Order: sequence, then structure tokens, then C-alpha cells
Amino acid sequence: MPEITLNARALSRNFGLRTAVRDVSLELRQGEVLGLLGPNGAGKTTTLQMLAGCLAPTAGAIEICGIDLLEQPRQAKALLGYLPETPPLYRELTVDEYLGLAARLRRVAKPFVAEAVESAKRRCGLTEVGKRLIGNLSKGFQQRVGIAQAIVHNPRVVILDEPTVGLDPIQIREIRSLVRELGREHSVILSTHILPEVESVCDRIQIMHQGQLVFSGNWEALKAQHPAQSSLEDAFIRLTQQQEESA
Amino acid sequence: MIFTIAAKELKTLFSSPLAWIILAVLEFILAYFFLGQVDAFLAVQSQLAAFANPPGLTELVVAPLFGNAAMVLLMAVPLLSMRLIAEERRNQTLTLFLSAPIAITEIVLGKFLGLMAFLGLIVGLLVAMSLSLYAGAAIDLGLLAGNVLGLILLAASFTALGLFISSLTAHPIAAAIGSLGAFLGLWIVNLSARDPASWLHTLSLLKHFESFNRGTINTFDAAYFVLFTVLFLVLAVRRLDNQRLRG
Repeated sequence: MPEITLNARALSRNFGLRTAVRDVSLELRQGEVLGLLGPNGAGKTTTLQMLAGCLAPTAGAIEICGIDLLEQPRQAKALLGYLPETPPLYRELTVDEYLGLAARLRRVAKPFVAEAVESAKRRCGLTEVGKRLIGNLSKGFQQRVGIAQAIVHNPRVVILDEPTVGLDPIQIREIRSLVRELGREHSVILSTHILPEVESVCDRIQIMHQGQLVFSGNWEALKAQHPAQSSLEDAFIRLTQQQEESA
Repeated sequence: MIFTIAAKELKTLFSSPLAWIILAVLEFILAYFFLGQVDAFLAVQSQLAAFANPPGLTELVVAPLFGNAAMVLLMAVPLLSMRLIAEERRNQTLTLFLSAPIAITEIVLGKFLGLMAFLGLIVGLLVAMSLSLYAGAAIDLGLLAGNVLGLILLAASFTALGLFISSLTAHPIAAAIGSLGAFLGLWIVNLSARDPASWLHTLSLLKHFESFNRGTINTFDAAYFVLFTVLFLVLAVRRLDNQRLRG
């Protein structure tokens, strides 16, 4: 069994009196793409923010490759790459400058920065636009720059929050194949509410609804659990409805 | 790591027209003022000889120049410090730093030093202007050094407070107005204090700068500026840390 690269146990997060995420546990293994699925407002982004160390959980523990994210954030974050919902791009920098900055911030040693930037650009198809200002790039290219900054330091775990949102069908296909490729060398966790994306990219899925996990397993298991439903979409809707009925 | 962030800050400053315009406008105003002081000095030069212990060129030209520069910085720093954190928050680029293996203290210090380097450039231009007097006369280097130190300490206090105010909001303009108000308030806080022993004098930034402006390096005044700077840098760190905890 491949090594566990990310292990989150019983994560909860409250914002004031509102509970955004309740008792969510996740496990990610080397070479795996995990899809975090759920309708809008299910708590996916909050969960990913906690996994990336940008938001402290109210309760629960997170380990990245056995290192506790809350106890040793520096060591743990060095193994993480994170693409938030809005890519954190500086429009006034060129792609090369920006990726160089991202690499330095992720503590890539100075002599290796140029090499790291080159390889990230190659993998994300950005070789041609290295000298251009990020602000002048199209949305698809900006999204790729966002992914490139998440993988520039060759992290063990890559966290992608809705990586294909707002892209055209060709770009979506490109990003998906990139994610699949990333999944072979790293371990990837991605959130989405687009169901075909999960079917085409993810090895395993976890479905969230109203801040809680309602399903965890692979696509076959979901089908086995809901034999009456013919598609992932039906099973998904069925699951979230069940949840609402019981609540 | 602190220097990587500082270099990035400086780079973003110079890649926007704002920094260049501020540099040009400040330099123009200060040069105009310098010229006026030199003219005034030339006009009274012959009468000065009648005094037993006449004020020198440095006292009549350089000290007022730095006194005015302090006032000009008071108005310029809010425009520069407003974007330090507020704009990052608005563009959601702060996650690049927060998800990287760096401490929040490093982020704050990096941003502080980045802006200080820019303000150092303005002080450097003032020094060059003062030294140009050597073309015709000797100047009092001790008085100049006192003024330079005072102005740098004052700029550090402005920057730290501006950085803290910028960390409170996601609106750069709100941060700018808040900072301007705070600077002006602290500048004139002792205006109504008739009693020379009043604690309001201790609070006033202007009062502490005055001794440097006269050429006396008073450790009490220096300590005030240093403590002021440290206090607001610590508050900015706390504020950003709180954001991670509270969301």
C-alpha cells in the first residue's frame, strides 16, 4: 500500500456560531487523486484552506507525510502546494518572476530556482509565456500559472480548489490531463462541483454536504451503494437529498 | 526569506507608476524647498556676519529641509503603506504567503523592510541634495547625520503604523485615510497641551523628531521611535495570525 501523504482526522471549523465543517476526516495516499465533491457551500473550500494551513481548524488534526501541520507548520507546509479558489497571482509580475518568487517562498534553494521554474512551466504548458505579464494573460493561462505555483517546489501533496472553474472546454480538458499527470508523481486533492470532472480524473471521491462527509470511497463503491442510480449525478443528488431528509 | 519578500515588495512598488510618481513629486517639492532655503540663506548671509555666534548653512538649509521632509513623508507614507496588506487581501494573494512555509513575522518584516528600502531612497536623495552644498561651502555633517537618523526612525514608525492599519482592512483607500488620520493625530496631539510636562508631549511624534532636527541624538526619543515601530509590527503580526485562527 502506498504511503499516506495527507491525513486529516475529525476536522471541524466554526465561524462564530455557524459550523462550516463538522467532523471531516480525509486520507490521501501517494500517487492518488482524491476528489472532494459537494454542492456550493458544502464546506469544500473551508476544508481545503485548513489542509493548506491557511485556516486553523476549531478541532481536529492534520498530518502531512507524518508531520503535524499545526505543531510544525513550517516543515509541513514545505511539502504542500496549494491553489486557492482565486489564484494568488500578482498581475504586475511576469510569469517567470512570479514563479521564481513562489519557488523562493517555498524555500527552493537559490541555485535550483531557475530549474524549478523551468520544469513547472514545462509541465503546465507555460514555456511560451514566461516573459509576459500575468495581468495580460487569458484566464486559462492564469489558471495554469496558479497550478504552476502550487507545484513549483515539487510538493508531496497538491491541493487544488476548483482548478477548472471558468475555463473553456479545451482548457478544462488540458487542466484535467495535467491533474492526472500530477496524480502520478504527487498526491492530489481537488475540489469541484462538476461531476464529470470527478469521473474522469479522480481515483477516489469524498462527498461533502452541509459541512459533513456523506460518502467516501471510489466510484464503484458509490455505484454499488446506489445500484438504482445510473449515473454519478443521480447518486450524488440522491445522497445529498438523503442527508437533508435525515437532518 | 525576509529579504525575498522585501525584494518582492520593492519590485511591485516600482512596477506600478505610483512609486515613480511619488518619487518624482516628492523630489520636486523638496528640491523647490531646498532652493528656497538656499536663496534665503544667500539673502541674509551678509547680515549673519554681524552676529557673535551665527547659525550656519546646515542649520539654515539642511535642518528645515529635513523638517519639511518629515511633513511630506507624513502625507506620502499612507499612500505607499495602504496596499501592503489591504491590497493583498483584496486580491486574495495573501494565501501565497500563508500557505508557504514562512512565519507571519517574516511576512510582516519583509513588507516593512521593502517599504523602508523605498523610503531610504527618498532619504538618500535628501542626503545627496544636502551634500551638494559642498560645492560652495562646508556643512555640519553631525547635524546632517542627526537629521538622517531622525527621519529614518520617523519613517520606520510611520511604516509600522501604516502596515498595521493596512492589515485591518481589505480596502487600501480606507487604510490610507486611517493612516493619514493616525499620523496627523499623533503629530499634533500635543497642540493643546500648555503644560510642558504634559504626557501628550511624550506621545507626539513631532516632539520626538524635533530633537533630531536640532542635531541632538536623544536616546529617549530614539527609544520612543523604536518602541513605537516594534509595537505596531507586533500588532500587525497578531492581526494576521488572528485571521488564520478566526477566519
